[in-house]
Amino acid sequence: MLELFSFIVKRQSKIFELLGQHVSMVLTALLVSIIIGTIIGYLITYNKKLAKVVIYFCSMLMTIPSLALFVFLIPFLGIGDKPAIAGLVIYTLLPIVRNVYVGLTNIDPAVISSAVGMGMTGLGITLKIKFPLALPVIFAGVRTSVVMGIGLGAIAAYIGAGGLGEYIFQGINRGNNNMILTGALLIALITIIVDKLMQILQKKAEGMIR
Amino acid sequence: MIKIENVTKVYPGSDKAVVQDLNLHIEKGEICVLVGASGCGKTTTMRMINRLIDLTEGRILVADQDIHSVDPIKLRLGIGYVIQETGLFPHYTIEKNIATVPIELKWDKNRIQERVRELMGLVDLDYEQYAKKKPSSLSGGQKQRVGVARALAADPPIMLMDEPFGALDPITRAKLQNEFLDIQARIKKTIVFVTHDIDEAMKMGDKIAVMQDGKVVQYGTPHEILTAPVNKFVENLVGENRILKRLSLITCGEQQVNSPIYNLPGDEETLIERIAQNERLSTHQIVGIAGEEKTPLGYIPLFKYDRGDSTPLLDRIVTPPLTIHQNKTLFDALGVLFNTGERGVFVVDDEGRALSFITMTDLFEAVQ
Repeated sequence: MLELFSFIVKRQSKIFELLGQHVSMVLTALLVSIIIGTIIGYLITYNKKLAKVVIYFCSMLMTIPSLALFVFLIPFLGIGDKPAIAGLVIYTLLPIVRNVYVGLTNIDPAVISSAVGMGMTGLGITLKIKFPLALPVIFAGVRTSVVMGIGLGAIAAYIGAGGLGEYIFQGINRGNNNMILTGALLIALITIIVDKLMQILQKKAEGMIR
Repeated sequence: MIKIENVTKVYPGSDKAVVQDLNLHIEKGEICVLVGASGCGKTTTMRMINRLIDLTEGRILVADQDIHSVDPIKLRLGIGYVIQETGLFPHYTIEKNIATVPIELKWDKNRIQERVRELMGLVDLDYEQYAKKKPSSLSGGQKQRVGVARALAADPPIMLMDEPFGALDPITRAKLQNEFLDIQARIKKTIVFVTHDIDEAMKMGDKIAVMQDGKVVQYGTPHEILTAPVNKFVENLVGENRILKRLSLITCGEQQVNSPIYNLPGDEETLIERIAQNERLSTHQIVGIAGEEKTPLGYIPLFKYDRGDSTPLLDRIVTPPLTIHQNKTLFDALGVLFNTGERGVFVVDDEGRALSFITMTDLFEAVQ
């Protein structure tokens, strides 16, 4: 234990660098995923059949083994950040698309009908009524995505994207338990912290619509 | 104000018309109730007026303008809309909910706040207490008050109300109905009101359109519907006890048939004369007795006394007197008489002065 601690203190600058890489990689992917996912999730509310197809397709993407997906992207995007972020986006898309869709479509029809009946515009209803009311469900999707993203981010080190996964892989190669533990524990720690933060946000959003 | 002309609605993929060749003219300032069983097309008819549903054939004119020549958003902003489920926005405060249409119309902030205060006063909700609350902290009746206030926000000349009081318990419903009628008496909106409850239709409607299978089978005043139902269907709808229902259309103050009131002191001689007369007629007549300032004292059952009876008049009075406010209906008066087992009730004004005296016989004659 003490050994691990002194290892962390000694390597702290490198550890911080990897941590930074990891977080920025996941955050970038998440941001892209939220933007694309929200747009897709919103657009498919106009067509039930299309929605089914899109959500089915997204869940199929999730079943591809992550390592296989990352490696598959290398011929197209090279190694490093790019394929890693692209892979993470593909993985984290489903919870967001699905939850945006479910959140927007599961609003009390009386609320929508009264909004339309009173003369609110379609855009006004989407922005002022639908999205605010769907927010808790959307946050729940983002929460699932971010937790998944942080975990998958470790594997991205395998294709040269850096991040805390690098310590895990290097540790395995060199038989260095301190490295493995540092990488694994930090990943677990930020996952828990981010999950808690998202939970608080989600609760806040729920409170807003009640 | 609203003219529905030869309107037919067929939903895509169905060959049956929900509304068929429907004609209806709704006058300015009137409440027109569409009543009928579920599936008769009443809600569809209403929702075609603010274009929540587009008609298949025919045309609808609002203030002499074809609604399909107006931008639907503009049309709807000028038509208040109240629904049974209230449809309040759960993430908005009561104040913001009520301000929905004024905000859409881009009123300035002060004007909106002033209007919200005014409206909350109108529907009897305390501004300080409720303005900043969310709908979830309100009771069903309060939510519907907000619903009505919200529909009135921009002072639209027309209101569409889809079973607005349908989800409320009977006591709250009656209260809101009465309050709404009071409000309507002041604001005189043109209102289309949908309900499946014929009693509510009788109470709220200036006119009633009875609907069946997408058609209006009878259109007329509640009195006309009750007294002259055009067919078996309307007759069944108004029910076996439609005579009783007519009692609830007349207020005690309006009632023409009533029994005399004698003032004591003052009318001793005529009263004795009357008792003598009654002996010959031998009817079960009773008369009301009022004291000074027209205070109801009680009644004298005339048939109990003959000419030679020497009981002083004042001792013959049966007390205590029953009273009912002039704005109550004859049906309420009947209830009072039945509940107490008495034979007559005084109709009084706000100050409690006797205006008239109504007996069981009078009620019977009123509906003949």
